Amino acid sequence: MLRDYTAPITAAPRTPQPVQETSASPLQREPIVNDFAITVATKNGSGSQTSNAILLRALFKMGIPVSGKNLFPSNIQGRPTWYTIRLSKDGYLARRETTEIMIVLNPDTILEDHQNTAPGGVFMYADDIKLPVRRSDLHYYAIPVKEMARQHESDPKLRTYVANMVYVGAIAQLLGIDLNEIEAALMFHFKGKPKPVESNMKVVRAAAAWAAEHLIKTDPYRVERMDKTKGQIMIDGNTAAALGAIYGGVGFAAWYPITPATSLADALNEYLPKLRMDPETQAPTYVVVQAEDELAALGMVMGAGWAGARAMTSTSGPGISLMAEFAGLGYFAEIPAVIWDVQRMGPATGLPTRVSQGDIIAAYWLGHGDTKHPVLLPGSVYECFEFGWRAFDLAERLQTPVFVLSDLDLGMNQWMSKPFDYPEEPMDRGKVLTEEQVNATKGFARYKDVDGDGIGWRTLPGNESPYAAYFTRGSGHNERAMLSERADDWENNMDRLARKFETARKLMPPPVIEMVEGAEIGIIGFGSTDPAIQEARAMLETKGIRASYLRLRALPMNDDVTMFLASHKRIYVVELNSDAQLCQLIRLHSPKDAEKVYPANHNDGLPLTAHWITEEILYQETRH
Amino acid sequence: MTAIKNGITAGNGAQATTTPAPLPKMSAPGASTAGVNIIGLVKADYKGLESTLCNGCGHDSISSQIITACYELGVKPEHIVKFSGIGCSSKSPAYFMSRSFGFNALHGRMPSVAQGALLANHTLQGLGVSGDGDTGSIGLGQFMHLIRRNLRMVYIIENNGVYGLTKGQFSATADVGQELKHAGRNEFPPIDLCRAAIVADCGFVARSFAGDPKQVVTLLKAALCHRGTAVLDIISPCVTFNNRDDSTKSYAWGKAHDERINDIGFVMSQEEIRVDYAEGETKEVELFDGSKIVLKKLDGSHDPTDKQAALRLLTEAHEKQLFITGLLYINTERPNLAETYHLVKPIASYQQDKLRPSRESLQKIMSAMY
Ligand SMILES: Cc1ncc(C[n+]2csc(CCOP(=O)(O)OP(=O)(O)O)c2C)c(N)n1
Ligand code: SF4
Ligand SMILES: [Mg+2]
Repeated sequence: MLRDYTAPITAAPRTPQPVQETSASPLQREPIVNDFAITVATKNGSGSQTSNAILLRALFKMGIPVSGKNLFPSNIQGRPTWYTIRLSKDGYLARRETTEIMIVLNPDTILEDHQNTAPGGVFMYADDIKLPVRRSDLHYYAIPVKEMARQHESDPKLRTYVANMVYVGAIAQLLGIDLNEIEAALMFHFKGKPKPVESNMKVVRAAAAWAAEHLIKTDPYRVERMDKTKGQIMIDGNTAAALGAIYGGVGFAAWYPITPATSLADALNEYLPKLRMDPETQAPTYVVVQAEDELAALGMVMGAGWAGARAMTSTSGPGISLMAEFAGLGYFAEIPAVIWDVQRMGPATGLPTRVSQGDIIAAYWLGHGDTKHPVLLPGSVYECFEFGWRAFDLAERLQTPVFVLSDLDLGMNQWMSKPFDYPEEPMDRGKVLTEEQVNATKGFARYKDVDGDGIGWRTLPGNESPYAAYFTRGSGHNERAMLSERADDWENNMDRLARKFETARKLMPPPVIEMVEGAEIGIIGFGSTDPAIQEARAMLETKGIRASYLRLRALPMNDDVTMFLASHKRIYVVELNSDAQLCQLIRLHSPKDAEKVYPANHNDGLPLTAHWITEEILYQETRH
Repeated sequence: MTAIKNGITAGNGAQATTTPAPLPKMSAPGASTAGVNIIGLVKADYKGLESTLCNGCGHDSISSQIITACYELGVKPEHIVKFSGIGCSSKSPAYFMSRSFGFNALHGRMPSVAQGALLANHTLQGLGVSGDGDTGSIGLGQFMHLIRRNLRMVYIIENNGVYGLTKGQFSATADVGQELKHAGRNEFPPIDLCRAAIVADCGFVARSFAGDPKQVVTLLKAALCHRGTAVLDIISPCVTFNNRDDSTKSYAWGKAHDERINDIGFVMSQEEIRVDYAEGETKEVELFDGSKIVLKKLDGSHDPTDKQAALRLLTEAHEKQLFITGLLYINTERPNLAETYHLVKPIASYQQDKLRPSRESLQKIMSAMY
């Protein structure tokens, strides 16, 4: 094979060596516009979430592509937390490994934050924090955060909140962020309530004025208005998922609190009362139950789905484990259900506030004894919305639990997106017999494969036909849902379930494929790593490597995947877990291609970076 | 993605099978023959499949008492939804009322499935059958939370002190010190599920004995008319593993020791109350649908509307190993789960027109996200 790398490969010891990631050289004066990252280091529970959200939205409203990532501890108050905002004039939204602008309010992490600032970068810090050493390659700005907070807030308990607005004002002044956009972002955040907006703006303005007067700008970083976010929205994946579910007609949701899935149920509770009251009766067309645990949550969903409501639950890894027995029952008794798994880092309690894609195998095969499930893999907030409603159509059509795998990065962080499209397809309520239809049917048989697609017709409790009822059970049964331990009944039933899974294969959203002509290598990924993979492909191209890309959107995989494997010499499977789970699934999907499918997996709790992917693929390419 | 076909597509004449399923036998509508109840059904309309339980199992007599109660009450079988967990007891919903939908759930998890189904369609009447293992061990958490939420359903515990289906291990309701041939000696005190139910604020708690059909039927009728969760702990002897005369869960023990705390009469909402007790000796409690329970107090004169008295009575019976039966506690005030959620029409009956908010509403939400 021909390899034409324009630069030497530096990846062998895989440490973050810059692959054109940071554009700054030490103390450069050329302006760097809309292409850097800001990291704010604070303690959690200090209210910095608000100020970070404000900064993010203000930049977004200035038309600059931005993404915000919260790196927070599993703790309520006082532990270090970081928030990174990436500005990318080219529209890349993945996390970056380097940060050019470091804002430090937490003395506990000053050493590492100091070290982690990119050469040539900005180090802005609260002036009551003592700096141990100074680097010659940074621009320092000390801000009288405490003093200004004292001036603006008499209540010491509220001062930490005010302190956050001080850094907002100072950095806005330093970078040129429009204060009007800060004010608009505050208006958005406080839902138009003038009082908190005004009191916060007072601090922001004062801090900006102080910075204008006292700071001499030596660094090259600037923001400038662009028009690259026009028409875009900004939202987190969990809210998008909840909205999708609501427009998909969710009738029943049961859940149990767990990070990072909680905000999905919160969003259901926020939007459902506004959107889903029956105008005739003023009564809700939905029920949301906070269950006693995840096991009960899925049990309730099973009951509701069986009785004909569009039923869902949302959880994360530990909850998925608890749901295993019900997932198997749902598969075997053929009950529609939607299960959102907003993945976090496991096994066990793991790192509950960190991201991972480690549940893909567990979800696909959750349950004992030959159980398997259709799994949707949204790769953006847009798809969180789309799959939010589509999942119900699939679950009711296929009469089976459908998993949707999101993750902490997608679910809890804010993402730019094109606005969500209203579902144009009418709801697919699947094969349900009415009372008249049952009466007209000679011998209703719940599990008979009448149409050849493996899916039987079902009846719903409340159907008043005396012939409609059947006994739903997890034990062996024949076509008529009667208990049976006969070998042929068992085999016929399992064969039909296998046929049904083939129907699922056809109905699931196909992968999104970008074929690059003449490319020898292909990348396969899914979910929240999409932006990093996109950016990595651009980086690889600068190194002379062109890669096709298949973004998987569902399991089971279809022939598109087989075709993609066949069309490339080497396939790298990019994913955020330790066991290269998707890689293993792909090898199983097409054993004849297994030898050319390579893992490119990483799992450190952080969103994947384009830099890591690029280095990894470069490194592996040297070995071929 | 491949478009999913919308709604009910193929004509379901396609359901025509080569081997027709046996259809439930129905009485001729409106036939005013003897044995027809107020909705025109005969007792056979409430039948289930033939039981596969051991001959003489207490669970089978409870099944026939369920049939009698529902038949006499005149409930439409299609309005009942049967639920169960796992165990010999939990198999039994297959042996009554084949015209009712049924969901044989997981071991100990009947309550969650019932809550989902009956919130999806709260106009249906839930009738659940569980065992002492199913409820008292693996399912204790869901049992308590079901009661706490007060889902409207009858929850029958067919209590035999052992795990029948797994061949005779002690359950959590077995007496401390009891010895069984296979299970050995039980070292731990029993959990009294009636006490547990009252602690979780259950509004209808009764104990009975499978060998007392009249009391079981009356309690069942009242329970079916109760507003929220009604728990019936029915001692139901396991003839195979726990029916020695010295076992408190045996037929012999039940017959000899059954101490009724009250005599219960049940009066359907349409019926006149015919009081055959002397005045002052009875107490009436009106149920959800206007039916009434008429209680004749016996010697101890337990007042079942007095929660503390019920707890005291049960504690005393627990300590002295007394077998008291009857209505232990009743409170018709607590709103049930569907009322708490302000449900009017069944959630499951809604279709796209009410389930999918308007295009404009999404536009509005999107515009707030810019
Ligand atoms: C998760 C799970 N664990 C264990 C079992 C095995 N199992 C089946 S029935 C049963 C006990 C049933 O006892 P009980 O509820 O008292 O019913 P009975 O048979 O006595 O009527 C057990 C442990 C099971 N089905 N599922
Ligand atoms: S083992 Fe016991 S509980 Fe089970 S069917 Fe036989 S008698 Fe009944
Ligand atoms: Mg038992």
